[in-house]
Amino acid sequence: MELEVLVENFRNKDSNAFEKLYEMYSDNICGVINSIVKNSDIAQEICQDVFVKAWKNSESYNASKGRFFTWMLNIARNAAIDEVRSKSHKNSKQNLSSDFFVNILEDKNDLNNQVDTIGIKNLLTNLKDKCVQIIQLLYFQGYTQKEAAEELSIPVGTVKTRNRSCISQIRGNLSV
Amino acid sequence: MDIEKYITSGILELYVAGTLSEQENLEVVALAAEHPEIKKEIESIEASILALSKATSPKRSANKGFNDIQNRIQNATKVIPITKKDTNWSSYLGWAAAIILAVGFDYMYKQNNALKSEINIASQNNELLEQQIEDANSSLEKSQELLTTIRDKDIQVVALGGQAVSPTSYAKAYWNKREQKVFIDAQGLPEPPDGMVYQVWSLKLDPLTPTSMGLLEGFITDENKVFALANPNASEAFGITLEPAGGSKSPNLEQLYTLGAVSS
Repeated sequence: MELEVLVENFRNKDSNAFEKLYEMYSDNICGVINSIVKNSDIAQEICQDVFVKAWKNSESYNASKGRFFTWMLNIARNAAIDEVRSKSHKNSKQNLSSDFFVNILEDKNDLNNQVDTIGIKNLLTNLKDKCVQIIQLLYFQGYTQKEAAEELSIPVGTVKTRNRSCISQIRGNLSV
Repeated sequence: MDIEKYITSGILELYVAGTLSEQENLEVVALAAEHPEIKKEIESIEASILALSKATSPKRSANKGFNDIQNRIQNATKVIPITKKDTNWSSYLGWAAAIILAVGFDYMYKQNNALKSEINIASQNNELLEQQIEDANSSLEKSQELLTTIRDKDIQVVALGGQAVSPTSYAKAYWNKREQKVFIDAQGLPEPPDGMVYQVWSLKLDPLTPTSMGLLEGFITDENKVFALANPNASEAFGITLEPAGGSKSPNLEQLYTLGAVSS
């Protein structure tokens, strides 16, 4: 089924469509959350909550405002950031490790965890640190172009072009 | 519009990140609907982010699948009556508190009223006592005034003896000639019957000429039975007769109770 049709059915509270979308995107959404909270158990918990929240607010999704994945991404980031800012999370000492999603990827390699077929090494081939940083900020942490520019001390216009070239790099690695 | 330039500007990457303004978003959506190559580009960008984010996914527990989502949604709907119950419970508490408060207020109000009426009674008693003290004071004053009056050196005392109608009766007249006043002490007269009143007369003896000096009004209620009357006459004797209420023009001598001559 076409994504557009699935999403439209989901908006109309079709639970079959919702299940398909869950299967399509739950790993990604959980991954984004995991990159922020840096704790598998907490990440899974929040991830499930995020999908429940999405279902409850399904009618509020509007295709004219962006991609379904982008909408989910936004809900997930907010939920994860709320968790990180919460007292209970600050009190737990499990978030001392990595700052960037890349570290999670590398940790996974180190631990010889079962990883997806994609091949993470390929995915990250030649990816520079500044690409990791900018992708982290824009996609995983929801920074605006302006906020990212301030964070990285680069001109606003550079954010757009640098991000473009970094994503292109990944796209190239994907198709290899 | 240069589609190629638009694609390479990097705006589509930001569109997938969800960091564009609403205006820019609408523009991208409109152009993507118009130009398949833009839509394809967006999907490729999204695919790269999907690949990245999928790689950062935690190892998923078997019990955290879509079944868990469905349970959560069901529980969420089940939760509603429970929270309703909670609301009820707290609203009962609220009502209970309100009732206790109301009862408390009522109790306080009644207490307050009781105290107020006690204060009222006390202040009424107070007034009564004050009145009594005042009365006692004024009665003392009157007595002293009376005493002063009859002790006056200008006073001439005339004893009025009981006559045929009532031999045991007696009275005294204290006559202050200078002030032309007579005080009749009628202590020794019986109470007049209903519809009758004592009348005091100034008498000239030769020939016998009675002049009314006035009535002893309110005889029964008068405490000290001393009555002050004006007497501008050159009296030679005083007499008291019993007359119909309102008094008479001339004395009914058959009802002459007391009589006494002024000693010259």
